[in-house]
Amino acid sequence: MAHSGINILFAGQNFTRLLGGLWVSAKISIVSLVIGILLGLLLGALRTLKNPVLRTILRLYLEFFRIVPTVVLLFLFYYILPKNFNVNLSAQIVAMLVFALWVAAEMSDIVRGALISVPRHQKEAGMAIGLNGPQLYRYVLLPQAVGLMIPATINLMTRVIKTTSLLLLISVMDVVNIGQQIIEANRQVYPNGAFWVYGLIFILYFLLCYPLSAWARHLERRQNNNA
Amino acid sequence: MSWTIIQQSIPVFVQAFWLTLKLSFYGIIGAIIVGLIASFLRYFKVPVLRQISAAYTEISRNTPLLIQLFFIYYAFPEIGIKISATAAGISGLIFLGGSYMAEAIYGGLQGVAKIQVESGLAIGLSRGQLARYVVFPQGLTLSVPAIAANVIFLIKETSIFTVIAIPELTNTALDQIGLYYHTDESLFVLVIAYAIILIPLSLALTWLERRARRGSFGN
Repeated sequence: MAHSGINILFAGQNFTRLLGGLWVSAKISIVSLVIGILLGLLLGALRTLKNPVLRTILRLYLEFFRIVPTVVLLFLFYYILPKNFNVNLSAQIVAMLVFALWVAAEMSDIVRGALISVPRHQKEAGMAIGLNGPQLYRYVLLPQAVGLMIPATINLMTRVIKTTSLLLLISVMDVVNIGQQIIEANRQVYPNGAFWVYGLIFILYFLLCYPLSAWARHLERRQNNNA
Repeated sequence: MSWTIIQQSIPVFVQAFWLTLKLSFYGIIGAIIVGLIASFLRYFKVPVLRQISAAYTEISRNTPLLIQLFFIYYAFPEIGIKISATAAGISGLIFLGGSYMAEAIYGGLQGVAKIQVESGLAIGLSRGQLARYVVFPQGLTLSVPAIAANVIFLIKETSIFTVIAIPELTNTALDQIGLYYHTDESLFVLVIAYAIILIPLSLALTWLERRARRGSFGN
Protein backbone atom coordinates (compact mmCIF):
# COMPACT_ATOMS: atom_id res chain seq x y z
CA MET A 1 0.00 0.00 0.00
CA ALA A 2 1.42 3.36 -1.07
CA HIS A 3 -0.33 5.29 1.66
CA SER A 4 -0.84 4.33 5.24
CA GLY A 5 -4.49 5.01 6.01
CA ILE A 6 -3.82 7.07 9.12
CA ASN A 7 -2.40 9.86 6.92
CA ILE A 8 -5.93 10.67 5.82
CA LEU A 9 -6.35 12.41 9.15
CA PHE A 10 -3.48 14.80 8.55
CA ALA A 11 -3.70 15.38 4.80
CA GLY A 12 -4.57 18.98 3.91
CA GLN A 13 -6.96 20.65 6.33
CA ASN A 14 -8.61 17.42 7.40
CA PHE A 15 -7.68 17.44 11.06
CA THR A 16 -8.61 21.09 11.66
CA ARG A 17 -11.86 20.56 9.76
CA LEU A 18 -12.77 17.62 12.01
CA LEU A 19 -12.00 19.66 15.11
CA GLY A 20 -14.10 22.49 13.64
CA GLY A 21 -16.98 20.05 13.29
CA LEU A 22 -16.48 18.92 16.86
CA TRP A 23 -16.71 22.56 17.94
CA VAL A 24 -20.10 22.88 16.22
CA SER A 25 -21.33 19.83 18.19
CA ALA A 26 -19.85 21.26 21.40
CA LYS A 27 -21.43 24.67 20.81
CA ILE A 28 -24.87 23.13 20.26
CA SER A 29 -24.45 21.01 23.40
CA ILE A 30 -23.38 23.97 25.53
CA VAL A 31 -26.14 26.33 24.39
CA SER A 32 -28.87 23.73 24.73
CA LEU A 33 -27.59 22.55 28.11
CA VAL A 34 -27.50 26.08 29.56
CA ILE A 35 -31.00 26.93 28.32
CA GLY A 36 -32.38 23.48 29.08
CA ILE A 37 -31.00 23.31 32.62
CA LEU A 38 -32.35 26.75 33.54
CA LEU A 39 -35.76 25.94 32.07
CA GLY A 40 -35.65 22.51 33.73
CA LEU A 41 -34.99 24.06 37.14
CA LEU A 42 -38.09 26.20 36.74
CA LEU A 43 -40.27 23.36 35.43
CA GLY A 44 -38.98 20.98 38.10
CA ALA A 45 -39.86 23.46 40.85
CA LEU A 46 -43.32 23.96 39.29
CA ARG A 47 -43.85 20.20 39.28
CA THR A 48 -43.54 20.09 43.07
CA LEU A 49 -46.52 22.48 43.43
CA LYS A 50 -49.94 21.05 44.17
CA ASN A 51 -51.71 22.51 41.10
CA PRO A 52 -53.13 19.43 39.28
CA VAL A 53 -53.55 21.11 35.85
CA LEU A 54 -49.98 22.38 35.82
CA ARG A 55 -48.67 19.03 37.00
CA THR A 56 -50.53 17.11 34.30
CA ILE A 57 -49.33 19.45 31.55
CA LEU A 58 -45.71 19.24 32.70
CA ARG A 59 -45.95 15.48 33.09
CA LEU A 60 -47.28 15.13 29.54
CA TYR A 61 -44.47 17.37 28.30
CA LEU A 62 -41.92 15.12 29.99
CA GLU A 63 -43.52 11.91 28.73
CA PHE A 64 -43.70 13.21 25.16
CA PHE A 65 -39.99 13.98 25.11
CA ARG A 66 -39.25 10.64 26.77
CA ILE A 67 -41.28 8.48 24.44
CA VAL A 68 -40.40 10.04 21.11
CA PRO A 69 -36.82 9.15 20.10
CA THR A 70 -34.49 12.13 19.72
CA VAL A 71 -33.98 11.49 16.00
CA VAL A 72 -37.72 11.78 15.50
CA LEU A 73 -37.89 14.95 17.61
CA LEU A 74 -35.23 16.50 15.38
CA PHE A 75 -37.19 15.61 12.25
CA LEU A 76 -40.47 16.86 13.73
CA PHE A 77 -39.03 20.31 14.36
CA TYR A 78 -36.90 20.35 11.24
CA TYR A 79 -39.81 19.59 8.90
CA ILE A 80 -42.86 20.92 10.66
CA LEU A 81 -41.68 24.35 11.80
CA PRO A 82 -40.97 25.70 8.30
CA LYS A 83 -43.82 23.86 6.57
CA ASN A 84 -46.75 24.45 8.91
CA PHE A 85 -45.68 27.47 10.95
CA ASN A 86 -43.59 29.26 8.37
CA VAL A 87 -40.69 29.49 10.82
CA ASN A 88 -37.43 29.08 8.94
CA LEU A 89 -34.58 28.41 11.31
CA SER A 90 -31.13 27.16 10.44
CA ALA A 91 -30.50 23.50 11.19
CA GLN A 92 -28.15 24.46 14.04
CA ILE A 93 -30.84 26.57 15.71
CA VAL A 94 -33.41 23.79 15.28
CA ALA A 95 -30.94 21.41 16.93
CA MET A 96 -30.38 23.79 19.86
CA LEU A 97 -34.13 24.25 20.27
CA VAL A 98 -34.90 20.52 20.25
CA PHE A 99 -32.03 19.67 22.59
CA ALA A 100 -32.91 22.53 24.97
CA LEU A 101 -36.54 21.37 25.20
CA TRP A 102 -35.43 17.77 25.66
CA VAL A 103 -32.89 18.71 28.36
CA ALA A 104 -35.55 20.82 30.09
CA ALA A 105 -37.89 17.82 30.16
CA GLU A 106 -35.30 15.43 31.58
CA MET A 107 -33.97 18.08 33.93
CA SER A 108 -37.43 18.81 35.33
CA ASP A 109 -37.60 15.19 36.48
CA ILE A 110 -34.15 15.34 38.07
CA VAL A 111 -35.02 18.61 39.85
CA ARG A 112 -38.38 17.34 41.04
CA GLY A 113 -36.80 14.16 42.38
CA ALA A 114 -34.14 16.13 44.25
CA LEU A 115 -36.62 18.67 45.66
CA ILE A 116 -39.00 16.09 47.05
CA SER A 117 -36.15 14.24 48.70
CA VAL A 118 -35.22 17.25 50.84
CA PRO A 119 -36.48 16.30 54.32
CA ARG A 120 -39.93 17.68 55.13
CA HIS A 121 -38.91 19.35 58.35
CA GLN A 122 -36.63 21.66 56.36
CA LYS A 123 -39.63 23.06 54.53
CA GLU A 124 -41.66 23.28 57.72
CA ALA A 125 -38.82 25.04 59.54
CA GLY A 126 -38.60 27.52 56.69
CA MET A 127 -42.30 28.20 56.86
CA ALA A 128 -42.08 28.57 60.63
CA ILE A 129 -39.61 31.43 60.33
CA GLY A 130 -42.01 33.12 57.92
CA LEU A 131 -40.44 32.52 54.49
CA ASN A 132 -42.87 32.83 51.58
CA GLY A 133 -43.05 30.34 48.70
CA PRO A 134 -40.30 31.69 46.41
CA GLN A 135 -38.04 32.38 49.41
CA LEU A 136 -38.53 28.81 50.57
CA TYR A 137 -37.29 27.52 47.21
CA ARG A 138 -34.51 30.09 46.94
CA TYR A 139 -33.01 29.74 50.43
CA VAL A 140 -34.03 26.33 51.73
CA LEU A 141 -35.02 23.75 49.13
CA LEU A 142 -32.86 24.51 46.08
CA PRO A 143 -29.52 24.88 47.90
CA GLN A 144 -30.04 21.49 49.53
CA ALA A 145 -31.34 19.83 46.40
CA VAL A 146 -28.54 21.04 44.11
CA GLY A 147 -26.02 18.55 45.46
CA LEU A 148 -28.43 15.71 44.78
CA MET A 149 -29.02 16.87 41.20
CA ILE A 150 -25.41 17.22 40.13
CA PRO A 151 -24.47 13.60 39.27
CA ALA A 152 -27.65 13.06 37.23
CA THR A 153 -27.14 16.41 35.50
CA ILE A 154 -23.58 15.49 34.50
CA ASN A 155 -24.85 12.20 33.12
CA LEU A 156 -27.45 14.15 31.16
CA MET A 157 -24.60 16.27 29.73
CA THR A 158 -22.82 13.19 28.41
CA ARG A 159 -26.10 12.02 26.87
CA VAL A 160 -26.50 15.36 25.11
CA ILE A 161 -22.92 15.24 23.81
CA LYS A 162 -23.43 11.71 22.50
CA THR A 163 -26.73 12.69 20.92
CA THR A 164 -25.08 15.48 18.92
CA SER A 165 -23.83 12.68 16.67
CA LEU A 166 -27.38 12.60 15.22
CA LEU A 167 -27.10 16.14 13.92
CA LEU A 168 -25.87 14.99 10.53
CA LEU A 169 -29.39 13.70 9.93
CA ILE A 170 -30.67 17.28 9.73
CA SER A 171 -27.56 18.31 7.74
CA VAL A 172 -25.72 20.19 10.45
CA MET A 173 -22.01 20.34 9.59
CA ASP A 174 -20.96 18.45 12.70
CA VAL A 175 -17.93 16.26 13.19
CA VAL A 176 -19.63 13.15 11.73
CA ASN A 177 -20.84 14.99 8.64
CA ILE A 178 -17.38 16.45 7.99
CA GLY A 179 -15.86 13.03 8.57
CA GLN A 180 -18.14 11.58 5.87
CA GLN A 181 -17.11 14.32 3.44
CA ILE A 182 -13.44 13.62 4.10
CA ILE A 183 -13.94 9.89 3.54
CA GLU A 184 -15.80 10.50 0.27
CA ALA A 185 -13.32 13.08 -1.03
CA ASN A 186 -10.35 10.81 -0.35
CA ARG A 187 -11.91 7.55 -1.57
CA GLN A 188 -9.31 7.21 -4.37
CA VAL A 189 -6.19 7.90 -2.34
CA TYR A 190 -7.25 6.36 0.96
CA PRO A 191 -9.66 3.51 0.25
CA ASN A 192 -9.74 2.52 3.91
CA GLY A 193 -10.23 6.06 5.18
CA ALA A 194 -13.48 5.16 6.98
CA PHE A 195 -11.59 3.09 9.51
CA TRP A 196 -9.33 5.97 10.54
CA VAL A 197 -11.83 8.81 10.33
CA TYR A 198 -14.60 7.02 12.23
CA GLY A 199 -11.95 5.69 14.59
CA LEU A 200 -10.80 9.22 15.38
CA ILE A 201 -14.38 10.46 15.85
CA PHE A 202 -15.02 7.51 18.15
CA ILE A 203 -12.00 8.49 20.24
CA LEU A 204 -12.95 12.19 20.25
CA TYR A 205 -16.41 11.42 21.63
CA PHE A 206 -14.88 9.13 24.22
CA LEU A 207 -12.45 11.86 25.31
CA LEU A 208 -15.34 14.28 25.78
CA CYS A 209 -17.67 11.92 27.63
CA TYR A 210 -15.39 9.74 29.74
CA PRO A 211 -14.11 12.49 32.10
CA LEU A 212 -17.68 13.68 32.67
CA SER A 213 -19.09 10.25 33.45
CA ALA A 214 -16.11 9.41 35.68
CA TRP A 215 -16.72 12.66 37.58
CA ALA A 216 -20.43 11.90 37.97
CA ARG A 217 -19.61 8.45 39.35
CA HIS A 218 -17.10 9.93 41.77
CA LEU A 219 -19.70 12.39 43.10
CA GLU A 220 -22.32 9.66 43.39
CA ARG A 221 -19.98 7.44 45.36
CA ARG A 222 -19.12 10.30 47.71
CA GLN A 223 -22.81 11.00 48.31
CA ASN A 224 -23.49 7.35 49.03
CA ASN A 225 -20.68 7.27 51.55
CA ASN A 226 -22.00 10.36 53.30
CA ALA A 227 -25.53 9.05 53.45
CA MET B 1 -52.98 16.16 6.82
CA SER B 2 -54.92 13.63 4.78
CA TRP B 3 -56.34 10.39 6.14
CA THR B 4 -56.28 8.71 2.73
CA ILE B 5 -52.53 9.18 2.56
CA ILE B 6 -52.14 7.85 6.08
CA GLN B 7 -54.25 4.80 5.21
CA GLN B 8 -52.23 4.13 2.09
CA SER B 9 -48.95 4.25 3.95
CA ILE B 10 -50.10 1.94 6.76
CA PRO B 11 -48.94 -1.37 5.16
CA VAL B 12 -45.38 -0.05 4.74
CA PHE B 13 -45.33 1.18 8.32
CA VAL B 14 -46.70 -2.10 9.64
CA GLN B 15 -43.79 -3.91 8.04
CA ALA B 16 -41.35 -1.40 9.55
CA PHE B 17 -43.11 -1.74 12.89
CA TRP B 18 -42.45 -5.49 13.04
CA LEU B 19 -38.88 -5.00 11.90
CA THR B 20 -38.28 -2.45 14.67
CA LEU B 21 -39.73 -4.90 17.20
CA LYS B 22 -37.66 -7.78 15.86
CA LEU B 23 -34.39 -5.85 15.87
CA SER B 24 -35.12 -4.50 19.36
CA PHE B 25 -35.90 -7.98 20.60
CA TYR B 26 -32.65 -9.54 19.38
CA GLY B 27 -30.67 -6.50 20.50
CA ILE B 28 -32.17 -6.50 23.99
CA ILE B 29 -31.80 -10.26 24.51
CA GLY B 30 -28.18 -10.02 23.37
CA ALA B 31 -27.57 -6.99 25.57
CA ILE B 32 -28.97 -8.77 28.63
CA ILE B 33 -26.71 -11.78 28.00
CA VAL B 34 -23.64 -9.57 27.55
CA GLY B 35 -24.70 -7.57 30.60
CA LEU B 36 -25.05 -10.71 32.74
CA ILE B 37 -21.63 -11.96 31.67
CA ALA B 38 -19.92 -8.58 32.19
CA SER B 39 -21.50 -8.01 35.60
CA PHE B 40 -20.68 -11.56 36.78
CA LEU B 41 -17.05 -11.13 35.71
CA ARG B 42 -16.97 -7.98 37.81
CA TYR B 43 -18.86 -9.47 40.72
CA PHE B 44 -16.68 -12.57 40.99
CA LYS B 45 -13.57 -10.43 40.40
CA VAL B 46 -12.30 -12.71 37.63
CA PRO B 47 -8.75 -11.51 36.93
CA VAL B 48 -7.95 -9.98 33.50
CA LEU B 49 -11.48 -10.62 32.16
CA ARG B 50 -12.78 -8.21 34.77
CA GLN B 51 -10.51 -5.42 33.48
CA ILE B 52 -11.53 -6.18 29.92
CA SER B 53 -15.18 -5.99 30.85
CA ALA B 54 -14.60 -2.68 32.70
CA ALA B 55 -12.82 -1.21 29.65
CA TYR B 56 -15.64 -2.43 27.40
CA THR B 57 -18.24 -0.81 29.66
CA GLU B 58 -16.46 2.56 29.58
CA ILE B 59 -15.95 2.54 25.81
CA SER B 60 -19.49 1.46 25.08
CA ARG B 61 -21.14 3.93 27.47
CA ASN B 62 -19.10 6.94 26.47
CA THR B 63 -19.49 6.81 22.69
CA PRO B 64 -22.62 7.37 20.59
CA LEU B 65 -24.45 4.44 18.97
CA LEU B 66 -24.29 6.22 15.62
CA ILE B 67 -20.49 6.13 15.58
CA GLN B 68 -20.48 2.53 16.83
CA LEU B 69 -22.74 1.60 13.92
CA PHE B 70 -20.65 3.52 11.39
CA PHE B 71 -17.60 1.76 12.70
CA ILE B 72 -19.16 -1.69 12.50
CA TYR B 73 -20.81 -1.13 9.13
CA TYR B 74 -18.34 1.06 7.23
CA ALA B 75 -14.96 0.61 8.91
CA PHE B 76 -14.96 -3.13 9.68
CA PRO B 77 -15.26 -4.15 5.98
CA GLU B 78 -11.99 -2.28 5.39
CA ILE B 79 -10.21 -4.65 7.75
CA GLY B 80 -11.97 -7.65 6.24
CA ILE B 81 -15.09 -8.08 8.39
CA LYS B 82 -18.18 -7.69 6.23
CA ILE B 83 -21.67 -8.05 7.66
CA SER B 84 -25.16 -7.07 6.54
CA ALA B 85 -26.81 -3.85 7.72
CA THR B 86 -29.25 -5.79 9.89
CA ALA B 87 -26.47 -7.76 11.54
CA ALA B 88 -24.50 -4.55 12.03
CA GLY B 89 -27.52 -2.89 13.63
CA ILE B 90 -28.16 -5.74 16.03
CA SER B 91 -24.46 -6.03 16.94
CA GLY B 92 -24.32 -2.27 17.54
CA LEU B 93 -27.36 -2.42 19.80
CA ILE B 94 -25.84 -5.34 21.73
CA PHE B 95 -22.50 -3.53 22.02
CA LEU B 96 -24.21 -0.42 23.38
CA GLY B 97 -26.88 -2.14 25.46
CA GLY B 98 -24.55 -4.72 27.01
CA SER B 99 -22.77 -2.11 29.10
CA TYR B 100 -26.01 -0.44 30.21
CA MET B 101 -27.41 -3.82 31.24
CA ALA B 102 -24.14 -4.69 32.99
CA GLU B 103 -24.35 -1.51 35.08
CA ALA B 104 -28.01 -2.21 35.87
CA ILE B 105 -27.34 -5.80 36.96
CA TYR B 106 -24.17 -5.01 38.89
CA GLY B 107 -25.99 -2.16 40.63
CA GLY B 108 -28.66 -4.64 41.72
CA LEU B 109 -26.09 -7.17 43.00
CA GLN B 110 -24.39 -4.43 44.99
CA GLY B 111 -27.69 -3.35 46.44
CA VAL B 112 -28.17 -6.62 48.33
CA ALA B 113 -27.93 -5.83 52.04
CA LYS B 114 -24.58 -6.70 53.59
CA ILE B 115 -26.25 -8.57 56.41
CA GLN B 116 -27.65 -11.05 53.87
CA VAL B 117 -24.15 -11.91 52.67
CA GLU B 118 -22.83 -12.13 56.22
CA SER B 119 -25.70 -14.37 57.30
CA GLY B 120 -25.04 -16.61 54.33
CA LEU B 121 -21.37 -16.88 55.25
CA ALA B 122 -22.28 -17.52 58.89
CA ILE B 123 -24.34 -20.60 58.00
CA GLY B 124 -21.36 -21.87 56.02
CA LEU B 125 -22.34 -21.29 52.40
CA SER B 126 -19.52 -21.37 49.87
CA ARG B 127 -18.99 -18.37 47.58
CA GLY B 128 -20.82 -20.15 44.77
CA GLN B 129 -23.74 -21.12 47.01
CA LEU B 130 -23.89 -17.60 48.40
CA ALA B 131 -24.22 -16.22 44.89
CA ARG B 132 -26.71 -18.88 43.80
CA TYR B 133 -29.05 -18.83 46.81
CA VAL B 134 -28.61 -15.39 48.39
CA VAL B 135 -27.15 -12.69 46.19
CA PHE B 136 -28.50 -13.41 42.70
CA PRO B 137 -32.17 -13.93 43.57
CA GLN B 138 -32.26 -10.68 45.51
CA GLY B 139 -29.82 -8.71 43.36
CA LEU B 140 -31.47 -9.54 40.04
CA THR B 141 -34.84 -8.55 41.49
CA LEU B 142 -33.36 -5.24 42.59
CA SER B 143 -32.01 -4.59 39.09
CA VAL B 144 -35.39 -5.01 37.38
CA PRO B 145 -36.28 -1.27 37.33
CA ALA B 146 -32.94 -0.31 35.77
CA ILE B 147 -33.19 -3.14 33.22
CA ALA B 148 -36.70 -1.96 32.34
CA ALA B 149 -35.49 1.60 31.77
CA ASN B 150 -32.74 0.25 29.51
CA VAL B 151 -35.24 -1.77 27.47
CA ILE B 152 -37.15 1.40 26.62
CA PHE B 153 -33.91 3.26 25.94
CA LEU B 154 -32.69 0.56 23.55
CA ILE B 155 -35.95 0.42 21.61
CA LYS B 156 -35.70 4.17 21.07
CA GLU B 157 -32.09 3.80 19.97
CA THR B 158 -33.19 1.57 17.06
CA SER B 159 -34.34 4.81 15.40
CA ILE B 160 -30.63 5.48 14.75
CA PHE B 161 -30.49 2.37 12.53
CA THR B 162 -31.80 4.66 9.80
CA VAL B 163 -28.21 5.86 9.19
CA ILE B 164 -27.21 2.44 7.90
CA ALA B 165 -30.41 2.22 5.84
CA ILE B 166 -32.24 -0.48 7.77
CA PRO B 167 -35.92 -0.04 6.85
CA GLU B 168 -37.19 0.29 10.43
CA LEU B 169 -39.78 2.90 11.46
CA THR B 170 -37.73 6.09 11.27
CA ASN B 171 -36.09 5.07 8.02
CA THR B 172 -39.46 4.24 6.52
CA ALA B 173 -40.89 7.62 7.50
CA LEU B 174 -37.91 9.41 5.94
CA ASP B 175 -38.32 7.28 2.85
CA GLN B 176 -42.00 8.23 2.56
CA ILE B 177 -41.10 11.89 2.97
CA GLY B 178 -38.39 11.59 0.32
CA LEU B 179 -40.64 9.77 -2.14
CA TYR B 180 -43.96 11.58 -1.78
CA TYR B 181 -43.33 14.70 0.33
CA HIS B 182 -46.05 13.56 2.73
CA THR B 183 -44.18 15.07 5.62
CA ASP B 184 -46.98 15.63 8.14
CA GLU B 185 -48.65 12.27 7.54
CA SER B 186 -45.42 10.28 7.74
CA LEU B 187 -44.17 11.99 10.90
CA PHE B 188 -47.60 11.60 12.47
CA VAL B 189 -47.71 7.85 11.80
CA LEU B 190 -44.11 7.58 13.02
CA VAL B 191 -44.84 9.19 16.39
CA ILE B 192 -47.98 7.09 16.79
CA ALA B 193 -46.04 3.91 15.96
CA TYR B 194 -43.45 4.61 18.67
CA ALA B 195 -46.23 5.48 21.10
CA ILE B 196 -47.95 2.14 20.36
CA ILE B 197 -44.75 0.30 21.26
CA LEU B 198 -43.53 2.39 24.16
CA ILE B 199 -46.60 3.49 26.12
CA PRO B 200 -47.97 -0.03 26.84
CA LEU B 201 -44.44 -1.25 27.43
CA SER B 202 -43.65 1.48 29.92
CA LEU B 203 -46.94 0.76 31.74
CA ALA B 204 -46.16 -2.98 31.78
CA LEU B 205 -42.67 -2.33 33.07
CA THR B 206 -43.97 -0.07 35.84
CA TRP B 207 -46.24 -2.93 36.88
CA LEU B 208 -43.34 -5.38 36.76
CA GLU B 209 -41.26 -2.99 38.81
CA ARG B 210 -43.93 -2.90 41.49
CA ARG B 211 -44.13 -6.70 41.45
CA ALA B 212 -40.37 -6.99 41.75
CA ARG B 213 -40.35 -4.61 44.69
CA ARG B 214 -42.86 -6.82 46.45
CA GLY B 215 -40.43 -9.71 45.92
CA SER B 216 -37.59 -7.90 47.66
CA PHE B 217 -36.74 -9.01 51.11
CA GLY B 218 -37.14 -7.28 54.43
CA ASN B 219 -38.49 -3.88 53.42
